[in-house]
Amino acid sequence: MGLATASVAAMNTARHSEKLIDVNVNLSRWPLRRVRYDDTAALVAMLRSLGVAKAWTGSFDALLHKDSSAVNTWLSGECRRHGHGLLVPFGSINPKSPDWEEDLRRCAEEHRMPGIRLHPNYHGYKLDDPDFVRLLKLAVERGLVVQLALLMEDERMMHPVLRVEVVDTGPLAHVVKQTPGLRLILLNALGKLHAQPLLNLIAAGEVYVEISMLEGVGGIANLLAQVPVNRVLLGSYAPLFYFESALLKLKESPLSEAHLKALRHENAQRLLGNHF
Amino acid sequence: MIEIWDLHCHLSGVTGNTPEGRLAKLLEFADRMGIARLCIFMGMEWSYDPSPEKIRQENDEVLRALRHFPDRVLGFVYLNPKHTQASLDELNRCVRDGPMVGVKLWVAQHCNAPELDPLIARATELKAVVFQHTWLKVTGNLPGESTPMELAELAARHPQATIICGHSGGDWERGLRAIRPHKNVYADLGGGDPTAGFTEVAVRELGPERVLYGSDVGGRSFASQLAKVIGADISESAKRLILGENLKRLLQPICKQKGIRL
Repeated sequence: MGLATASVAAMNTARHSEKLIDVNVNLSRWPLRRVRYDDTAALVAMLRSLGVAKAWTGSFDALLHKDSSAVNTWLSGECRRHGHGLLVPFGSINPKSPDWEEDLRRCAEEHRMPGIRLHPNYHGYKLDDPDFVRLLKLAVERGLVVQLALLMEDERMMHPVLRVEVVDTGPLAHVVKQTPGLRLILLNALGKLHAQPLLNLIAAGEVYVEISMLEGVGGIANLLAQVPVNRVLLGSYAPLFYFESALLKLKESPLSEAHLKALRHENAQRLLGNHF
Repeated sequence: MIEIWDLHCHLSGVTGNTPEGRLAKLLEFADRMGIARLCIFMGMEWSYDPSPEKIRQENDEVLRALRHFPDRVLGFVYLNPKHTQASLDELNRCVRDGPMVGVKLWVAQHCNAPELDPLIARATELKAVVFQHTWLKVTGNLPGESTPMELAELAARHPQATIICGHSGGDWERGLRAIRPHKNVYADLGGGDPTAGFTEVAVRELGPERVLYGSDVGGRSFASQLAKVIGADISESAKRLILGENLKRLLQPICKQKGIRL
């Protein structure tokens, strides 16, 4: 076994005592490419083999399908059929779609989802949109965690007919302050969101970030020098990203055992509480 | 045990006030990831279109850093093809007369321009490998930023040169196709997101002998870039080649000439 391969395997040996909660996984197919684990059973097997106990899961279908109710029903069923509870579904809501409130109700009441996932740039709204603000308030009323994806791929290499802008977080801190009780996780954010704008959002309310797009050498250590550890979550963005990226980031930075536990599972577990 | 060599490292994006301080910091992280050797190029602050004086300053910073870690780090000389004679002088100073083993070309000049020819010819005489940054951006390239297709033109003019396609063009599904016919061109995996499938496609289209692990630290992490190889659905022998053996093979002639032990 090679050195680098061994380093991943060594981390895996801790999986029984140090389970991982990955808050950024997607099912179905990336619209522009087949990827290795876009089959749910294979994805579950891979995640389990690398120590993942829970994966908070959306669907790539949510980006372009107009029938979000069908997307969420399929997602819920797929999470039930595979993994014996490993996959935790986060349904998609498009607040610019007619009668989206019913989609929200179905996510909460019928599918018993603990949260929802939003894609403002694919669904065509800004973060000061009144419908978005109202969606956040209704999510709070239903006790749902909200995941907000800032981008889904590097905008430099998007397909020329499928280009979308990175979500502008400018209005978000204000919206968060106006939405007491909101629990908001920013997905795929740390490639674009840094320094004061990031700190402003973290300070605005109960806002979390995950590490899938965190870059820079010693990235997690650098992040924790600015952001409280209890606001940082493990996210892989599998299967579009190699899952090992997230795992190896935990190794690259020198982190205390307490911080590692917080990142591996404690922070996420605290967020969903009785769903575990 | 796989010996990992990182093709693509920088002194920017790292904490530290001196070149050797930054390199020491990089090596701390490299040690945590089990990386044996680093190739570094460009200085502590970059310029898209550097003057001869700026090029010399950046190369001096790399030379200074190299002196502190000669057994762990190799250097590539940074050149600007717009300043042909100054670049040839710098190539001689840093490679012929100095410890460096490769050439770095960035975004000053499109790489299919004739100004590159004397630099590539001289680098080839010296057995130095040539690393050319490339990207294919739907958002638009920088004014002098090369594409993999332009690199293919350069490679066709210099079949004896050893040329590395930096970032595999970023848009790797197109970039890898552009360099595929040119056997003297190698794919650098570094610098983009750890998108699943990149390494598998590179191995499928080029063969594992033409694929090189590089990270592009400090702007990127070792972790995300190593994951492209460790997480790929390729054989263990292919991983071994990509993580170190290929780069060692490419650098062996110039290192042997210089008495650098690999």
